[in-house]
Amino acid sequence: MIVELGHFCLVLACLLSLLMVVVPALGLWRGQSSLMTMATTLAAGMFVFTLLSFLALVQAFVVSDFSVGYVARNSNTLLPLQYKVSAVWGAHEGSFLLWTLVMSFWTVMVAGFSKPLSQDMRTRVLIVMAGLSFGFYLFLILTSNPFERTLPFYPSEGADLNPLLQDFGLIIHPPLLYMGYVGLAVPFAFAIASLWGNTLDVSWARWSRPWTNVAWAFLTMGITLGSWWAYYELGWGGWWFWDAVENASFMPWLIATALVHSLAATEKRGVFKSWTVLLAIFGFSFSLLGAFLVRSGVLTSVHAFAVDAERGLAILWFLAIVIGCSLLLYSARAWNLRSNITFAATSRENLILGNNLILTISALVVLLGTLYPLGYEAFTGGAKISIGPPYFNAVFVPLMLPLLALMALSATSRWWKTDRQTLLKGKPVTLGIAVAASIGLVLMLPNPNLWVIGIGSLSIWIVLGLVQALAYQVRNKQDKMLALFQRPMSFYAMLVGHTGIAVSALGIVAAVTLSEEVDLRMTPGSEARVDVYDVKFFGTTAVQGPNYVADQGRIEIRRDSTLVTTLFPEKRRYLASNSVMTEAAIEARFLGDLYVALGEPLSEGAWAVRVHIKPFVRWIWFGGLMIALSGMMSVFDQRYRSRKRRVSPETSGSAELEVAHG
Amino acid sequence: MKFGVMKPHRRNQLLLIFVLVLGLGLALTFTLRALDSNINLFYAPAEIKNGQTPIGKRIRAGGMVKAKSVRRASDSLEVHFAVTDLKGSDFEVRYTGILPDLFREGQGVVATGTLGRDGVFSAEEILAKHDEKYMPPEVAMVIEGAEPAGATTL
Repeated sequence: MIVELGHFCLVLACLLSLLMVVVPALGLWRGQSSLMTMATTLAAGMFVFTLLSFLALVQAFVVSDFSVGYVARNSNTLLPLQYKVSAVWGAHEGSFLLWTLVMSFWTVMVAGFSKPLSQDMRTRVLIVMAGLSFGFYLFLILTSNPFERTLPFYPSEGADLNPLLQDFGLIIHPPLLYMGYVGLAVPFAFAIASLWGNTLDVSWARWSRPWTNVAWAFLTMGITLGSWWAYYELGWGGWWFWDAVENASFMPWLIATALVHSLAATEKRGVFKSWTVLLAIFGFSFSLLGAFLVRSGVLTSVHAFAVDAERGLAILWFLAIVIGCSLLLYSARAWNLRSNITFAATSRENLILGNNLILTISALVVLLGTLYPLGYEAFTGGAKISIGPPYFNAVFVPLMLPLLALMALSATSRWWKTDRQTLLKGKPVTLGIAVAASIGLVLMLPNPNLWVIGIGSLSIWIVLGLVQALAYQVRNKQDKMLALFQRPMSFYAMLVGHTGIAVSALGIVAAVTLSEEVDLRMTPGSEARVDVYDVKFFGTTAVQGPNYVADQGRIEIRRDSTLVTTLFPEKRRYLASNSVMTEAAIEARFLGDLYVALGEPLSEGAWAVRVHIKPFVRWIWFGGLMIALSGMMSVFDQRYRSRKRRVSPETSGSAELEVAHG
Repeated sequence: MKFGVMKPHRRNQLLLIFVLVLGLGLALTFTLRALDSNINLFYAPAEIKNGQTPIGKRIRAGGMVKAKSVRRASDSLEVHFAVTDLKGSDFEVRYTGILPDLFREGQGVVATGTLGRDGVFSAEEILAKHDEKYMPPEVAMVIEGAEPAGATTL
């Protein structure tokens, strides 16, 4: 019964989204503000009913209602409760329900937090959001209904959630990632609404910025978590595979990163308007493309949801309509976006232009590598190819070097005009220090490497540039602490974000070039030397989990005959699906991880054992979290808070803003 | 028009276009070169058996792991197994290392590596699927039309 109610709520939410397009649009057309304000109520209704529908599915999972096909395929009575709940988004149908829930959440947030916007603009934004929602609901209800019953003959036991997904990381990874993916619909909606109303001015950029930053922060967190999960859960210690599905999340991230920067330039200086709009359109389009790649099964991937051509086609149509209409509108309206604002060759605007250029090209080369196999297959009549990680590394890494250099220069740059002396002041010295420091550090390592020196130098250079920028803020100031407090939050957000990039870059280059990875055949009691560590295997014992049995190995790792750690990697067999899974054991430390995983049992009690030494690998994700934090921080900038309470003098002349509360 | 008398913003625009063209050109060169050297073509067991496969070039090959074909060395992690299309063609794969969890006889597999002169495929990587229900499209193509009875040993 509750399941039927859930289905009913979903249909209701779908109808509400349609109403939310039609009614406010009618209001816009007739100029009736009462119809336009209905958008807020409809948004709230849409969110509430989607939430109810989602909770109904959660309930079906919690009580193990296997008459629902989706539950039967993805759950099991033995599954621990937290995984029963997360199993809701463990496969295609439920994860798309989560997607629509997130979409309705963003919609209701926009409705609630954009009251000071002019009514026309606000209505247009909400209509675009509702239109997209309607498309998502239709797709969900028509092609992927998670509430479908398999009556009267339903299984008495469920097939279980894929064991790989029975993990903490997978409880929170999809919701965060979807907050990012779907969040990009907000700047998209703002861009489309402004094109539609011909109101693409600076206040449009100011309004989209916090939304974009938050969505971008969620996307960053989602990707970071995904990478961390792959590292400890897939059992072979990799953290990025350039897999089609990873690329699907990485491309929107690259575009969104460009957008975050170009929005800043548009807001502060009124430049790059049409380009920024285009980025907003493409950011969301890439996130739809990602959904298509993941859910259509057109590409071979470690992730791939169950393959379904019909769903793929439906998303492709949706994608085509969204991109087609947006670009049509763009080409009709963007011509009058010329700005006559000039800036010098050495200015922050130009650095941001460089950033945008590099990030966009990066996204395009990743896109090329991701879609190339599809094109190749189509043109050669079915020849299957794959593009391996070497391609992505070869094109992506060289692109990142100038990006890091630009970042190092950017911290002390100014808008409009920075004379060359100011921009480069101290830079040769800091670069010298950075190079010397990284050479010094690398020489202490067992195997020095040119890549580490290069990226290391650039990363340290970035950090030194940030320190320099911080110093500039307080020099000539009486009260230096006060001067720091008075800096806007967005300055600190930049500081944290760019440091995060430097930290991640260091982590990546160290993990890639300094890792030690060996696969060993070990009998109980045998010992092996890996790098500076002595690894001793004590055999395995049988252990019992809630829904699996496992062979648990005991491995002691010593350095110079002092015990560093004892690790207990497991080889699990999940009972319901009878599938085998590796559970790696990791000693995680600031300077590097010790990672052991059991391969397979061999003859005479011996096991294949995988031992990895991963220096600095944790820095990759730590940097990622810093980047995400910076996106969140920038929202707390004084400018956004004060605007809610009163109209600041600099913007009160703008037609886009109205006084919120008198 | 001389460069020297150009208005600053015109000069900026010219500079911008120059940088843009240079950047795109460089990126394109890098990209195409990298693409060219990293295409891994997929070959089916029948193609390998008929000698249509380049020797010593990095390729991908796949099908189903043949029943009762997995042999392990007793002193190392070397493993041999046969991959079949279930229609009479198969080839031998040699791999050293840890096999993915879902690797087992009768399951689909895609290996990346090189074919040796002796007809043995040296795999550097065995593709791991993390979903039992998922079949790589390549493997689905290979076993298309095979007798369903032999399609799985599970």
